[in-house]
Amino acid sequence: MKAVYILWLRQLKRYVRSKSRMVGSLGQPIIFLFALGFGFGPTFQKAGGGNYLQFLTPGIVAMSVLFTAVFSGIEIIWDRQFGFLKETLVAPVPRLAIVMGRTLGGATVASIQGLIVFAICLAAGFRFATSALLLPLALVFLFLLALLFTAVGTAIASVLQDLQGFQLIMNFMVLPLFFFSDALFPIHGLPTALRIVLRLNPVTYGVDGLRGALTHGFAFGLGEDLVILGALTAVMLSVGSYLFSKIQL
Amino acid sequence: MIEVRDLVKTFGDFCAVDHISFTVPKGRIFGFLGPNGAGKTTTIKMLTTTLTPTSGTIVIDGHDPRREPLAVRRAFGIVFQDPSLDDELTAIENMELHGVLYGVPSATRAARIADLLAFVELSDRGHDYVKQYSGGMKRRLEVARALLHHPPLLFLDEPTIGLDPQTRNHIWGYIQRMSREQQVTVFFTTHYMEEADRVADEVAVIDHGKIVAQSSPAALKAQTGTGSLEDAFISLTGHTIRDEDASSTDRLRMMSRIWRRR
Repeated sequence: MKAVYILWLRQLKRYVRSKSRMVGSLGQPIIFLFALGFGFGPTFQKAGGGNYLQFLTPGIVAMSVLFTAVFSGIEIIWDRQFGFLKETLVAPVPRLAIVMGRTLGGATVASIQGLIVFAICLAAGFRFATSALLLPLALVFLFLLALLFTAVGTAIASVLQDLQGFQLIMNFMVLPLFFFSDALFPIHGLPTALRIVLRLNPVTYGVDGLRGALTHGFAFGLGEDLVILGALTAVMLSVGSYLFSKIQL
Repeated sequence: MIEVRDLVKTFGDFCAVDHISFTVPKGRIFGFLGPNGAGKTTTIKMLTTTLTPTSGTIVIDGHDPRREPLAVRRAFGIVFQDPSLDDELTAIENMELHGVLYGVPSATRAARIADLLAFVELSDRGHDYVKQYSGGMKRRLEVARALLHHPPLLFLDEPTIGLDPQTRNHIWGYIQRMSREQQVTVFFTTHYMEEADRVADEVAVIDHGKIVAQSSPAALKAQTGTGSLEDAFISLTGHTIRDEDASSTDRLRMMSRIWRRR
């Protein structure tokens, strides 16, 4: 248990200390928020979709969580290259404790990043459309998304030997996960093929859950979002832990 | 303390470690020597539970690394060939993390860390980030860290690389004293033959995955009729230049095998 805690703490310390990384990873969501939020706002409003910033905010928060979480998981590759991974793998601690500490740490970092982006969205003009009672629910979705994608990053990094595959993951996994979700546009009225793709994307349920908790805009409903996202998170945590346990140096 | 019988490790059809056997009794300092790519690090990885042997048996402190990896890991401290510190943490934080992972009681941890930092003469730099450290300072910190949990067995994979003679002497002096007074067993590799000659009770020479000689440094010199361990080593493993050539191809071959296995 102490091992889990100390590795969680390490992730947090590294995050807080690398100011450039913290600020740098805020750039992308802010650009999306302002360019799309204010650029598409009038069109969205005219089409009868309401205030686009209200719609977009959960999507942008989910985006920052997604990127930070995958990146946190992938940090294992850095640790492998800089050697620190060895130190933890020869310690008399079950691999499960190590992967749990790392994953919880990564997910916490991603959640904090999501909350910072959410604060920026508030400053940009986002307003709660539900009661404050639903705020903890939003946090649950935020953390589930963070946990799910840190586990995905962990799974990938356990299999990759170096950073050469990193660009591949960003372009062919993380970006599509973001764009083919309901982060930027509503799922209603989409062509069937695209709707199916969105339905198969876990990010969609995370965004929908956040959107429901923050603006009452559930497309699928609370139960469905929670069950699907929760189940997928459990599965990915197992896959990530299993692959991590198989790492050979 | 260490018993190895018929140990084999193959990568594809490349045999990195080829049926080696040796025993290191408790309290001994055992030097494991060989040219680059001879199989030293592969052997250490198998002894320290991070690589699964193809065949053969290993017993460390009464435990099999394959069946009881945690019991084996509790029994040793290790200094790796490459750095293994977290650069973004301070020296003390690195030590604390290690202490927690190895279950060093929090009551004695801080004092023990302070003692060890003093020993490697890093006391005044304990709160600095490791990324501000020089190569030699990192090495000293890693040696201190390996000793933190009072392990009965120490693995040192080229521990004194990049250290000046003063630090080297200092560190070996401490390790020898520990070995004598607390019966700590030491298994080390090095390229500095005069170092092995001075500190090792017994050495084994490995080349192309096979142990080609094993005895005390004095017996090895007598056996090869040479005056220094370095000459004995070269007479056993061939001329340096040819060996360096062979080893780089060996390593490339091994790399490409690992590569293709992905």
